[in-house]
Amino acid sequence: MKVKFDRIIAKGYLWLLLLVLYTPIIIIAIFSFTETKVLGNWTGFSLNLYKNIFVGDASGSMLSAIKNTLIIAIIAAIVSTVLGSFSAIGIYNLKNRHRKAITFLNSIPMINPDIITGISLFLLFVWLGVSQGYTTVILAHISFCTPYVVLSVMPRLTGMNQNIYEAALDLGATPFQALTKVIIPEIKPGIVSGFILSFTLSIDDFAVSLFTKGNIGLETLSTYIYSDARKGGLTPELRALSTLVFVVVLALLLVINLRAERQAKREQERAAVLKIKK
Amino acid sequence: MNKFVRYFSKRSSWSLPYFIFLLLFVVLPLLLIVFYAFRDNQGHFTVDNFVKFVQQKEALNTFIYSVGIAIVTTLLCILFGYPAAYILSNSDFNKSKTTVMLFILPMWVNFLIRTLATVTLFDITGLPLGQGALMFGLTYDFLPFMIYPIYNTMMKIDKSLIEAAQDLGASRAKVFTKVIFPLSLPGVLSGVLMVFLPTISTFAISELLTMNDIQLFGSVIQTYIMQSDTMNYGAALSLIMLLIIGITSLFTGGDAENESPGLI
Repeated sequence: MKVKFDRIIAKGYLWLLLLVLYTPIIIIAIFSFTETKVLGNWTGFSLNLYKNIFVGDASGSMLSAIKNTLIIAIIAAIVSTVLGSFSAIGIYNLKNRHRKAITFLNSIPMINPDIITGISLFLLFVWLGVSQGYTTVILAHISFCTPYVVLSVMPRLTGMNQNIYEAALDLGATPFQALTKVIIPEIKPGIVSGFILSFTLSIDDFAVSLFTKGNIGLETLSTYIYSDARKGGLTPELRALSTLVFVVVLALLLVINLRAERQAKREQERAAVLKIKK
Repeated sequence: MNKFVRYFSKRSSWSLPYFIFLLLFVVLPLLLIVFYAFRDNQGHFTVDNFVKFVQQKEALNTFIYSVGIAIVTTLLCILFGYPAAYILSNSDFNKSKTTVMLFILPMWVNFLIRTLATVTLFDITGLPLGQGALMFGLTYDFLPFMIYPIYNTMMKIDKSLIEAAQDLGASRAKVFTKVIFPLSLPGVLSGVLMVFLPTISTFAISELLTMNDIQLFGSVIQTYIMQSDTMNYGAALSLIMLLIIGITSLFTGGDAENESPGLI
């Protein structure tokens, strides 16, 4: 009896917490389907806020913010994935001491709060005298995304049978063939996760973009939302936009997690098969 | 050219481009904070920026206030997050991975959107924005970052230890205080790192939740560093924050593995 009571309390606590965590987001989502300026005041169902993102008065600046965010995220994710995957292979083959050193450097951007990353890169660009804009934001995003790619590729390398690579070389493959035919297929799941992770991180970033975007009027989604919210009161269209962003990020996360789960399952099956063969 | 090809056919050398990249985009920028912090507008060496920080009460007070807010937020996150992590990791109460995911998902939602959502909540319920809203908003924003590492650490606890304690006659409370709690402390430390550091450096959240009424240290830094005539002072303030971060990281012995909000 006592255990059962405990369970009700425990479950209740979890659900209460979840309710608090999600209520605000749900409110925004609900009120994105009505045109009211003041929240909490339902003025009838309408999809106009969504339509206004594309054709309304503010749609020009909103669409360009969306476009910038996507372009930056795609370029940053591609470059980070290539750079991170190659480096992971390199780091994996390094001697212990060098490996530790570079792993430490790799962890700095992950520990540093955004504002420090942003400020330090801002100072770098000021020091170098480069004018800030698209290029600087993309470089900054690459610098904080790549560590995560390295981190998601590394376990695949550690879990891989090292002899296959050597075997490929012994059988006459060039190092390049051994890379494309052996290593890359083995670590591919890590590379894909790294890519999606970078893409999500880049879309989600606010602080680093704010410090490196310069003053040529470049806005990403989050800096746009920020400057709008600062003026006091939120443009109603931003409720629709936030909901869209939330849904996209949610979908990406589901994909990442389902992939990870499926992989774990497949690996278990593979291990089981190997056991039977033995 | 041939030498070049031979060098890069060794796999260990593939890390070299990234090593150079890290030096240029991680190490050098951090050094530049130090460099600019000890410089005046004319580019001469000076410690005036730090003297100004101590003498002009404005930044110093904001700094102390921010540290206080960060400490309270961290404590609130432990208070609400620790029981949640315990319940999530205990198979008596929870077997579903989906519930865990629901708690971790908000980590990935843009915190500006989440903050605006909390502002909305206060608007609708008619509660005033201000220090109370700030505390609520910060705790709301960073709670998942406390739950995740504690949950992770608790899941890694060797179940046979718990069974052994139960076999030896320990009650559930005893098992918790003698086995689970001590073994979960590393997770709490990681959580502290993941909540305290971002809270102390937060800058947009406070402005939105208090209608620009309360400025935290992050906002002060932002204001100074974005103007070229006060940039060096801004760099000095950043260096002070960097020191706090360094000390906290050392103190909690931060390991990146627990902190990276990876996959579930």
